[in-house]
Amino acid sequence: MEEKIKARVMDVAKIKRSLYRMTTEILERNRNLKNLVIVGIRTRGIYLGKRISGLIQELEKVDIPVGVLDITLYRDDFAELETQHMVQKTEIDFPISKKDILLVDDVLFTGRTIRAAMDSLFDLGRPQTVQLLVLIDRGHRELPIRADYVGKVLPTSKREVVQVRLSEIDEADEVLITEPAELK
Amino acid sequence: MEFKHRHLLGIQNLDISDILAVLDTAESLSEISTREVKKVPTLRGKTIVNLFFEPSTRTRSSFELAAKRLSADIVNFNQQTSSVVKGESLKDTVLNLEAMNPDALVIRHSCSGAPYFVSTFCRSHVINAGDGSHEHPTQALLDAFTIRQIKKDFKNLRVVIVGDILHSRVARSNVFLLNKLGAQVTLVGPPSLLPAEFENLGADISHNLDESLAGAGVIMMLRIQTERQKANYFPSIREYRNLYCLTERRFRLANKDAIIMHPGPINRGVEISSEMADSVKSVILKQVENGIAIRMAILYLLLGGRERETAD
Repeated sequence: MEEKIKARVMDVAKIKRSLYRMTTEILERNRNLKNLVIVGIRTRGIYLGKRISGLIQELEKVDIPVGVLDITLYRDDFAELETQHMVQKTEIDFPISKKDILLVDDVLFTGRTIRAAMDSLFDLGRPQTVQLLVLIDRGHRELPIRADYVGKVLPTSKREVVQVRLSEIDEADEVLITEPAELK
Repeated sequence: MEFKHRHLLGIQNLDISDILAVLDTAESLSEISTREVKKVPTLRGKTIVNLFFEPSTRTRSSFELAAKRLSADIVNFNQQTSSVVKGESLKDTVLNLEAMNPDALVIRHSCSGAPYFVSTFCRSHVINAGDGSHEHPTQALLDAFTIRQIKKDFKNLRVVIVGDILHSRVARSNVFLLNKLGAQVTLVGPPSLLPAEFENLGADISHNLDESLAGAGVIMMLRIQTERQKANYFPSIREYRNLYCLTERRFRLANKDAIIMHPGPINRGVEISSEMADSVKSVILKQVENGIAIRMAILYLLLGGRERETAD
């Protein structure tokens, strides 16, 4: 499907600054870093989580483990999906019970992904707290969910698509607003 | 990569992308069985019927656990306690069960082609859990999954399958699957249990186990169905054991890193010695463990999502 790029809202420098700012907020709020673990939601949440962990290492010399969460099995629209959705591995090889979990995703939209992620987490153990970090909050929430750390609040229309691209798997670090070509 | 079928009737009509979709999905799902709470909500509300017209412990309980770990409901149907003993036909049995609105039927039957026959008239997804001497697709898939875990690659891999090939649905499914994955298969057994026509399946044929073990990376022993001895397929169990039992001496003829597989149930001291069955080279119990992940993958791929266009 053809898509039109409407705006480039973040570039390498902006993403870097925003992760840096959120990291200091995390440090401010979590006095006991030894109890903190990061869980990234597939796919881009993993890389953002790893970058945050790297920044904490840089600033505080503390190693924060990063796990990977695949929420496919917990989707609430599973029965209605038109295309087959390949499920990928959840890799959290540390216990999460009694831990402070920093859940990381790229874009916060309806809140359904986060709902699924929390269900999935609670099947793995009983964390002490769960905090949410997103790079972009684009609004249009359908569930009572909010993020604790937000890179950028981005008002969008529902038709638009927000694409976070990260150099680990994409060609560059950037955030784009695109719109699918007219269907008419 | 996508699994493009409505039913799982056999390996023969799957292509490589279907097969890799199953193996990769199983890989992702295997983690669930290591959790403290071994359950995900994915197939909540789906109903699966285990329809077994032949005895089975492994396959039936494996499907049952697979369904439960995905939160589906499962009903077990046993031939001995059902209306089949009152003379109900397969078609009528299936139609009656279908009236209760299941989403999938897992069928084991002594007649080759029974699952296919059922798939021609029923609404549910049909999964072949072994039909006569035709195919046993989930067994072959879990075997390939186990081999891939250990060997990583099927290129330059020689798999030797030994025993009663003639009656074995496991051997047939495995030949189809291993060929598609690029492995080289040698079938070994006495001439009465391994007719020359089996070459047409795309495998080498040998009647001498010692000779065919050279260069083997995987040795798959099949159960010698002792009830068949009455039909004179071979002179005596003792003679069979002398020629085809996997012993330590024979195992040393294979590659150093060879693994031993067996679909079970095993006859200790007939097709495989007890020492070999319990040795560190044996992955027999790993196969059983992997069976759950493979069956979860099949249920996930068939029952997940809305009805789609499929190849069959």
